Amino acid sequence: MADAIRTPELHLSEGCLSPAGDWTLLALASHANRLRQELAGAKATRWDLSALNRLDSFGALLLWRAWGGRLPADMVLPDGYATQFERLAAMDEAPVPRPPRVGVVDVVAGLGGALLGLFAHLGDFLALIGRLALDGLHLLGRPRNWPLKEFSANLYKVGVKAMPVSALVGFLIGVVLSYLSALQLKAFGADIFIVNILGLGIIRELGPVLVSVLVAGRSGSAMTAQLGVMRVTEEVDALTVMGISNYIRLVLPKVMALSVAMPLLVLWTSAVALVGGMMSAELQLGLSYGYFIETLPKVVPAANLFIALGKGAVFGVLIALVACHFGLRVKPNTESLSANTTASVVTSITLVILVDAVFAIATRSIGVPL
Amino acid sequence: MTTPVLSLRGLSTRFGSNWVHKGVDLDIPPGEVVSLVGGSGSGKTTLLRQMVGLLTPTEGEVRVFDEPLFAGSREAQRQRRRRFAMCFQGGALFSAFTVYENIAFPLREAGIATEAEIRELVALKLTMVELLPSHAALMPAELSGGMIKRVALARALALEPELLLLDEPTAGLDPTRSASFVALIRDLQQQLGLTVVLVTHDLDTLAALSSKVAVLAERRILAFDSLEAVMQVDHPFIQEFFLSERSARALARAQGA
Repeated sequence: MADAIRTPELHLSEGCLSPAGDWTLLALASHANRLRQELAGAKATRWDLSALNRLDSFGALLLWRAWGGRLPADMVLPDGYATQFERLAAMDEAPVPRPPRVGVVDVVAGLGGALLGLFAHLGDFLALIGRLALDGLHLLGRPRNWPLKEFSANLYKVGVKAMPVSALVGFLIGVVLSYLSALQLKAFGADIFIVNILGLGIIRELGPVLVSVLVAGRSGSAMTAQLGVMRVTEEVDALTVMGISNYIRLVLPKVMALSVAMPLLVLWTSAVALVGGMMSAELQLGLSYGYFIETLPKVVPAANLFIALGKGAVFGVLIALVACHFGLRVKPNTESLSANTTASVVTSITLVILVDAVFAIATRSIGVPL
Repeated sequence: MTTPVLSLRGLSTRFGSNWVHKGVDLDIPPGEVVSLVGGSGSGKTTLLRQMVGLLTPTEGEVRVFDEPLFAGSREAQRQRRRRFAMCFQGGALFSAFTVYENIAFPLREAGIATEAEIRELVALKLTMVELLPSHAALMPAELSGGMIKRVALARALALEPELLLLDEPTAGLDPTRSASFVALIRDLQQQLGLTVVLVTHDLDTLAALSSKVAVLAERRILAFDSLEAVMQVDHPFIQEFFLSERSARALARAQGA
């Protein structure tokens, strides 16, 4: 380029310091430390800035600091640079306030804030369920207002599109579980019990929980992010202004879709997992497919299937509610979006496992052959 | 003749089967304030995004400071990029950072100034864009539209660019704020000797700021000259754009001011 960068220098002659060259951020990049030291070590009575080629605010700041925050009495200052130092002088009178230090009190306050935040979450969550219930009642007499299109779109997104991945995961888990159990059972000569283990384990426990974890990660996070971005772009507000309930349009279809899709996904995934287990059992133990299929209904009472479907529906509703709860709390910044999406997935998985434990206790006498 | 700060050479852009630009040539000399105008859909913002390398033209070349935009090593490209800055239409402030951190960010990344110097440089930039030091602790979500524009400008100026690109600098501001923001840009441009390229729809902004106007229509640069000279060009788009009743009022206002 035409005007190449000139190296910034500091010349000293007869007590007169004269900076020369380009004193700009770009030019100073590799010379800043050297010049800072030279400026700090220099004892000068006079300054001459007329040899400067260019001066920007960073260069001006370096000089200004060396002068101790005021112009030296005896200096040559070309007109063009005067405004730079006037601005620096103005800036010194209004410094940026330092961020407050974090003390013990702040830590205690933070702890209290976190606790109150938890209560706020519970309150909001309850309010969300309440609003949904009220809106649901309101919709009962008005079939025209049912968000059926949104419902079917959501059903497709969270249900149909989740089938391949849940089948893959289910199949592999079935294979692994069957293989590991077969190794143990072989040692005791209890080969035929593989059907009991796989049947009960997969249908009653593993199927619903596995699908919930997958759906929470896949669809729950997507719901939170979608609602969150709609908050950021004020789309949610636009709906409110149009007099359209966010809960009916955005939350209800998601909750309905997951409550329908989840039991179906549980059924699908458990079936594929059992196929995987069956294939593995045939390879490992030589258990024929016919025997497996014939024995399964005998050792696993049908009640287990209904428990699994019930769990699926409940988990689905939970995941959707948690996802919408966090989605609607997103504030218009990227940090809040990521924090709420994370919180949504973590909370829904934790909640699903907690509720699963409650289910296990509540149904302990149902469907287990003694 | 001085070397142009920014030049476009035979730039053509195609979206799908639709040519947006065809053979755009433009040389922007140093120290000028160039307004890029054109009807909606004429690809003004596309052109601006190509100038900063966010989009790659289908054909042709963008040269900044007499070098191709994408020439040289990573380090050379980084050095080149530091010499120009862009203000986005919506500010594009990092929403997770405070105002202070937003302005300090490019300085910290450059790794030249010490943390104490960065504090002072940030304070300096804030005074330059006429914001108060107390605004430094605010988050972008807490700022008004005018303040967002000012912070975005301060952040763009943080690395002392020689070329500043502005996308709709006054869009979304009320007339008073818009006028004061325009005055601010003009003052800073004169003090710092910046070259400015801006895209605007607003005739008040255009008339108050630009030393040259580039009219983008029919997929090319139709005219590139001072405002008065451009207005003389006999072309339906230019006639309609500048000589409608509304435009005449805006231009008269700017000349009166």
